[in-house]
Amino acid sequence: MDFDIFVITRNFSLLAEGMLTTLRLTGLALLFGLVWGTILTLARLAPGRLLSALATLYVNGIRAVPLIMVIFWIYFLLPVLSGTQIGPFYSALVAFILFEGAYFSEIIRAGIKSISQGQLRAALSTGMTYLQGMRYVVLPQAFRKMAPVLLTQSIALFQDTSLVYVVGLMDFMTASAMVASRDGRLVELYTFAAFVYLVISLVAASAVRLMEKKFKV
Amino acid sequence: MNYQWQWGVLIREPYLGWLLDGIKWTFAISVVAYAIAMTLGIAVGIARTLENRHARRAAAVYVSLFRSVPLLVQLFLWYFVVPEVLPESLGHWLKRDLTNPEYWTTAVGLGLFMSARIAEQIRAAINACGTGPGNAARAQGMSTAQIYRHILLPVGLRYALPTLTSELLNTFKNSSLALTIGMLELTGQSRQIEAYTFKGIETFTASTVIYILISLIVIFASRHLESMLEIPGMLSSRNKE
Repeated sequence: MDFDIFVITRNFSLLAEGMLTTLRLTGLALLFGLVWGTILTLARLAPGRLLSALATLYVNGIRAVPLIMVIFWIYFLLPVLSGTQIGPFYSALVAFILFEGAYFSEIIRAGIKSISQGQLRAALSTGMTYLQGMRYVVLPQAFRKMAPVLLTQSIALFQDTSLVYVVGLMDFMTASAMVASRDGRLVELYTFAAFVYLVISLVAASAVRLMEKKFKV
Repeated sequence: MNYQWQWGVLIREPYLGWLLDGIKWTFAISVVAYAIAMTLGIAVGIARTLENRHARRAAAVYVSLFRSVPLLVQLFLWYFVVPEVLPESLGHWLKRDLTNPEYWTTAVGLGLFMSARIAEQIRAAINACGTGPGNAARAQGMSTAQIYRHILLPVGLRYALPTLTSELLNTFKNSSLALTIGMLELTGQSRQIEAYTFKGIETFTASTVIYILISLIVIFASRHLESMLEIPGMLSSRNKE
């Protein structure tokens, strides 16, 4: 069979635009996922019984369900709930925030638990509130400890965004698949897509390792 | 929110049959994929802890290759690309003669994807045994194979049991990607029922509940397995919490 490498250069702008969407989705989902994950963790560790039970239920529920399922849920449910179409990008973004938030929360919780209880007690005894103690004493230390795991999870998130293919959002994966079937060049496009994901993930992973070495306490 | 609830669609034919069929395929994919993943994962995980530098290196490359490409892309590679680049007769067999190629592609592709993750868990578990037991066994005159067979694997696999359970759950969840190459497992069937009936909320609720039930069953089964396999006085840390 003939391998037509030029099908990639011919469609370069389409693929590059797709990659931009992939990166934008990854970045925004990462940012808001971390915020949501932190909120969930604070709720789980908070003294209130009800709040922590609800947050735990949410995290365990989300973690029992496939990501594709969550993407479909949001894609079909949000328009029904809000009465308006928000488009595939924002519906995918919401799905990723809700999904990744649960996973980030698990990581953050493990990080906070690794900080000794005495630290929080000392903060409380100096008159800080629970939130202040978390904000100024526990979280700064915990985030440093969990940074490598969070970054590894972010690489997984970057790969997971390829699943927006199921709702037709034009990310890098969907763009590759579209060109592949339109031009009848499945072998070239899917090999190329695999190569691009591979290189980005490997580079990111080795950057994480470097950073880990550098910031080791 | 004006939504016409219609839970009835779930127990009406043919939709109930579709849902049950989806559950059947989710299990069929996950069980075969997990068997492949465990077999290869243990082999590669052992290779990562061997003294031989080349074996360690090859295993590390295997793991990072399979972990750095999204599962969706891997499935597309196995389904669309591999039959084309293989020698013609083999490619023809994959595309034409193999019955249910979508099923086997997902089961094997998912199995390979998961095997890299399991290999990492096995490596960590073997390393967690420390160097003491292995050295002691060697001093007794055991060969490397005997050390793994009698010391490192029986203990290491027990250490790894909780993470192997969550990898089994991941296998179940990841089997949903089969729908992208036209295999209608649980998520795919719910999507199809939604397309026919426009009753997305009911359908997705049903399959979400089924996934949660599967998780609960697996978690309880593995707790039971863990307590059955526990070595008295050895893995007691689990009970401290």
